[in-house]
Amino acid sequence: MYGKRLRPLALTTFAALTLTLVLAFFWAPNDANQGFLQKIFYLHVPLAIVTLCGFIYGGLAAIAHLRTRDSRWDMRSYVAIHLSLVFGVGVLVTGSIWAKGSWGVWWDWSEPTLVSFLLIMLLYATYQPLRFAIEDPERQARYASVFAITAGAFVPINFVIVRLSTAYLHPRVLGNISANLPGRFQIVFYLSLISMALLWITLWRYEMTSKHASAQLRALKRALGGDDDEALPRRSAVPTLTIGAGATPTGRGSAGRTGAPR
Amino acid sequence: MSAATPTVAAPRTRVVLAALLRKELRVELRSFAAVPAMSLFSVTTFVLFHFALQANALDGDLASGVLWVTLLFAAILGINRLFVADAEQGGFDGFLLSPADRSVLLYSKALTLLAYLLVLELVAVPAFALLLLQPAIWPALPGLLVTLALGDLGIVVIGTLVGALAVRTSVRDLLGPMISLPLLVPVLLCAARATSPVLAAAGAGTLPLRWLLTLALYDLVFGLITFAVFDFLLED
Repeated sequence: MYGKRLRPLALTTFAALTLTLVLAFFWAPNDANQGFLQKIFYLHVPLAIVTLCGFIYGGLAAIAHLRTRDSRWDMRSYVAIHLSLVFGVGVLVTGSIWAKGSWGVWWDWSEPTLVSFLLIMLLYATYQPLRFAIEDPERQARYASVFAITAGAFVPINFVIVRLSTAYLHPRVLGNISANLPGRFQIVFYLSLISMALLWITLWRYEMTSKHASAQLRALKRALGGDDDEALPRRSAVPTLTIGAGATPTGRGSAGRTGAPR
Repeated sequence: MSAATPTVAAPRTRVVLAALLRKELRVELRSFAAVPAMSLFSVTTFVLFHFALQANALDGDLASGVLWVTLLFAAILGINRLFVADAEQGGFDGFLLSPADRSVLLYSKALTLLAYLLVLELVAVPAFALLLLQPAIWPALPGLLVTLALGDLGIVVIGTLVGALAVRTSVRDLLGPMISLPLLVPVLLCAARATSPVLAAAGAGTLPLRWLLTLALYDLVFGLITFAVFDFLLED
């Protein structure tokens, strides 16, 4: 279901990322103040935007999960948050490198975007421990969704409040992007944003495909009577996809089920 | 939620709320599990700050930060205890078996936590004024009370939600603070900034309205979120 057209998507992502990097390094002009260092902007800022959008998507999927009680929405929310956490580490690392290069310090408390991002990461770092600490899969999914909704709402609010709290001491690259950036910067920036989003989507679909395939495999094994896998219910932070062998969207699972009684 | 038997109407919210609050009061009076610990903890923390900062008297930013961090950590103790009796001794089951509306549990827990915080502040603020605060507390009191009220509200809405979220996990004492502290950072930030001019050494300055409004807005938004998602924590 998630595996459809995955290869073309992956190839497009690869091409877009390559193009972005080539353009960023060889075509976009060097920044007047920051010089070559400013190139990290094309990595850092789109990565951060995609990460935050991923967290918010995780919250929206969690709302859908609480409304429909469909475990697939919980899986979507889980994979989104999980992936955004990985991306978020990248954001903090690139942000730190950029801060060291342009302001001479690894960390700067007067930069509101960096601080609010750290807060969001600290909050989301508890998502997996929360899931792991609840054994019952149904309750785990429900509680994780409540967390994902709350944290998803925290993302924009936190940004507003932390930004209010700090004076604008530093040149804001993101805030006045359309006003200050010359054409080439803008083109490369938006291209980079698109390719980062594509990267996120590709990885998200890869993980969804993998999780979905193993759930189908488990359903098939169960239908065939060999439930070795079910014998050991391990505690896990990963959502349990309840694919009844008959209710699989692809129909492959139902083929397995009809074969089972014979 | 409709009544289990059609002949019995769901009890009125006020009646249920009063019953639940009486229960909370009785539990706390019998066990003394939360409020004394919170109050004592706050005084101990002031002593710790005295030695850690090597300061006999604080004012301004530092005073406001010490006061709010102490209140926040003491509140965490209360948040951790808030739902423990219900989870361990069948309070949730008893409540869910009754035909009462589930939101009433949220109201009663929020009011209980608010009461915890009020008693805590009744101890902590005079102790702070006595032990650490350099300027006199009296001129600062009106501004401080307003900030405390709004800060308490923020702690209450987030604490109730996170307390319920963490209590039925296997590591509740760890997850509660870990989830609630990042969510409470904006409350701390606004409250500390609003309090620091009030506690200035040169005499109580004006209360910065911008921070109070931001804090009130944050309380409102998280109040709505808590109200919207709380029921989902009570389904089994």
